[in-house]
Amino acid sequence: MEARVNCSFLLKSETYTFIHPAAAKRLQLQFNSLAKTLSLPSVQIKQGKRMGLELPKYPEIEEDNVLNFTDSELVSHVKNALTSVLSGDQNSYNQLVGVMHHSKHLAPDEVALLETTLKALAGAVSSIDVTHHDSLLSAIFSMSMWNYGPHVADALAELIVSLAISNGKYLDLCLRMLVSNFTPPPYFLDKLKLPRGLERKGQVLCRVHAAFKKIADYVPLAPLRLLTIVLQGMPTIYHKDRAIVIYVENMLKLESGEIGELVGSTMLMAVVDRLIELDVEIGWDAILQDDFSKGIFEMELEDMDDIEEESAEPDVGEFRLSRKSLVGNSIAELLDNLLVLTFEHLESCEREGRLAKVFETLLQSFQITVLSAYKSKFAQFVIFYACALDPENCGMRFATVLVELFVQYSQPQPTRMSAVAYLASYLSRAKFLSASFICSMLKRLVDWCLEYCETHDGDVNPNAHRVFYSGCQAIMYVLCFRMKAFVNVPRLKLQLIMPLEQVLKHKLNPLKVCLPSVVEEFLRQAKAASLFTVSETFIFDGLLESELSRAFGGLERLDTFFPFDPCLLKRCDSFIRPMFVFWSMVKPTYDDDDDDGSSDDELVQDLPNENEDMMNGIDMDEFDCQLQKMSITPKSTSSHKFGGRFQEQARMPSRIRPSTSPESL
Amino acid sequence: MEGLSVADANLVVYLHPSKSRNVSQAILRELGSWLFKFNETFDGVLLAYDVNILDKKAEILSGVHPYFAAKLKANLLLFSPKPDMLIEGKVMKLCQESIHVIVLGFSSAIVTAENIRGELKYKNKDREELFASKSHKRHVIKVGTVIRFLVKSFDDEILHITGSLIPAHTGSIRWLDRNLEEISEFDRSATKSRDRESLGDKTNDDDIASNYQLYKEISCSQLVGNVATESPCR
Repeated sequence: MEARVNCSFLLKSETYTFIHPAAAKRLQLQFNSLAKTLSLPSVQIKQGKRMGLELPKYPEIEEDNVLNFTDSELVSHVKNALTSVLSGDQNSYNQLVGVMHHSKHLAPDEVALLETTLKALAGAVSSIDVTHHDSLLSAIFSMSMWNYGPHVADALAELIVSLAISNGKYLDLCLRMLVSNFTPPPYFLDKLKLPRGLERKGQVLCRVHAAFKKIADYVPLAPLRLLTIVLQGMPTIYHKDRAIVIYVENMLKLESGEIGELVGSTMLMAVVDRLIELDVEIGWDAILQDDFSKGIFEMELEDMDDIEEESAEPDVGEFRLSRKSLVGNSIAELLDNLLVLTFEHLESCEREGRLAKVFETLLQSFQITVLSAYKSKFAQFVIFYACALDPENCGMRFATVLVELFVQYSQPQPTRMSAVAYLASYLSRAKFLSASFICSMLKRLVDWCLEYCETHDGDVNPNAHRVFYSGCQAIMYVLCFRMKAFVNVPRLKLQLIMPLEQVLKHKLNPLKVCLPSVVEEFLRQAKAASLFTVSETFIFDGLLESELSRAFGGLERLDTFFPFDPCLLKRCDSFIRPMFVFWSMVKPTYDDDDDDGSSDDELVQDLPNENEDMMNGIDMDEFDCQLQKMSITPKSTSSHKFGGRFQEQARMPSRIRPSTSPESL
Repeated sequence: MEGLSVADANLVVYLHPSKSRNVSQAILRELGSWLFKFNETFDGVLLAYDVNILDKKAEILSGVHPYFAAKLKANLLLFSPKPDMLIEGKVMKLCQESIHVIVLGFSSAIVTAENIRGELKYKNKDREELFASKSHKRHVIKVGTVIRFLVKSFDDEILHITGSLIPAHTGSIRWLDRNLEEISEFDRSATKSRDRESLGDKTNDDDIASNYQLYKEISCSQLVGNVATESPCR
């Protein structure tokens, strides 16, 4: 700042100064130019630790007096500048505002000047008036820490904190300014990946979050206001740039930060809400493939490298992979990045031992947002991952909550059906759950279904008994994945299989109503394991679904909803993969070869999509073909199975081949 | 400390029909959402409540959403600092320009340098900042001291108090309590005369909130509870 040289400066002899050497040099120049006009001798800069301007000797001044600009000097200068506005004199004030606005391509001495000004302002906040100094305030609030180095950023943060705690009127404005520093200015977004960008990011964010903590220390209710401001400031999903990714990173940082206890759960829930919003934006058609008539060839996505390579080969080329359709879909990429951020955050929570508490929030969020969203595609993997990180507590708790939701008559039907669909998919796909636990969950389902059978004496009626049929289908689906593990335990046979047999043979006839692909696979495995005998022969002819299953599934097609099917988002999948059961990893009971090491490479083929049958007015049907998860072996003789070349092979080669299960999305 | 009061209130809370399954939880949630917020009807910040549901039956309002009115009787602890009241709080930060205080653990207060009497001088000894009285050596205000100050204004949105240490009977309460006689000689005309017996009862610096003075009867009529939205503490 171009300080007016005040004669009173010459008489002081305070002992310290915080003038940056470059600023001292500038002041020297200014002083000397002034001295020239006043015909005074010029000054020299005193070298050494204490930067000061050594004055020529004046009669009134002691010999060893050194002129230093002290903190209080500068603060009082700034105060004078501010108060003089009230009396009409705007010069010094305008100079101040000028310094604040000058922000681009600063020379070192200008940087020093800015830093000094900010520090002086921090001391003079009580003199700042909201009406008279609005230009100064707007200049301060529009500054972005991303534009400056660490020292100026420190000084700016200090100023913001001082402003916030000095007067209630500035609190919201200061918090808003800090929240706007979550995201860098547009020109910086590209540089974020570079080392310099990362360094700047770390520097800015740590100061921003430290400022929140400081403000919260002095204004206890600040976190409450911060909550609303952060939520309001969330970039919408239509901002196609990466701003939302760094914003969510900040929100998660708030959750794990020092004020995390106060704002954490709201932040997490808002993040999950945003994930669902993005999820919903990805239409099912983005995941669908082009060429229906040849049958959809969906990969179990076991070997990522293989996928990339194979797509170059001509014989696979005619089939489009569902995941490939997502490549280039910017929303999918965004969702992928956000999910990975969330996974990494959950990992850090687990390391800090907080996962159980965070999980409660996730669970609540799941029930409110994810469960009620229509067929969420990927967002549910957040809770899957959390369960995987802590199988004994979180993993089991999730399943228990889902079962509770299913058995409660007070819950609305779609919620119960959705809950059991999640449960079925979860119990089948979670590698980290123990067989005994899965068994106990199944037992609960079976007991409920049995009780239902005993109290309801009707014939087949898909509409009336939707919840019942979805429960039965869930049981059968899980058993398709896990039957081999259960078959050898005699106790299970008594507790689980016998009641199940009663249920399946009841008048309500779930075998007829449930999804044919599921029933077929289940019966095949049950027959091989000699679980029970089924009197009626069910000939489905490889139908994926039937009129009856569609009826119980309803408009939402909850009969074909398998939420934890392999994740199609690339980065996400790499996290989920180690704890995920792919269908190709499952040994069905009719496969008796135990002695080969590559049992994982079993050939599995899935039903292709029966698109001709399923096309009807509702768009969803087209995509629901994709939802068939059940893979069946090549021994099945459906003529509309695609992939002739795979028919010949008895088993998959050791190099893992894509399975043909049309994994649901 | 002034500004705290307990009130008896007759309330009516309107609840959305979806809450009819668990009415008491809905009522507690609704009242909970009013905590630490300034309420115009009560003319104060609600700090705590104790509620009794009067009647199992409730009147149903006709309309698109048939809200029903639950009648309650509640004891409310309110905080309503007015100008010229004496408030106590703990010093969190001290600098030459200002003293930052937290009152009752939730309300922030500031006393700027202009509002600190000349007797109290800022000192920075060995990096410890404090305000010390020129005339009374033992009267020292540091970070952690509980001080009594005069309310100048109260921002009811942020619950931020601006205070003043100009009157003679303001300052560190530990020193004030021990030196009552000296203070009583000083001019008290700046403040309204009020009950001073609480000064003598103060023994514990931390025991602020338990001392309240006035007991008001408020009969609050129709309080429209905004239960249609989820409570903020989601």
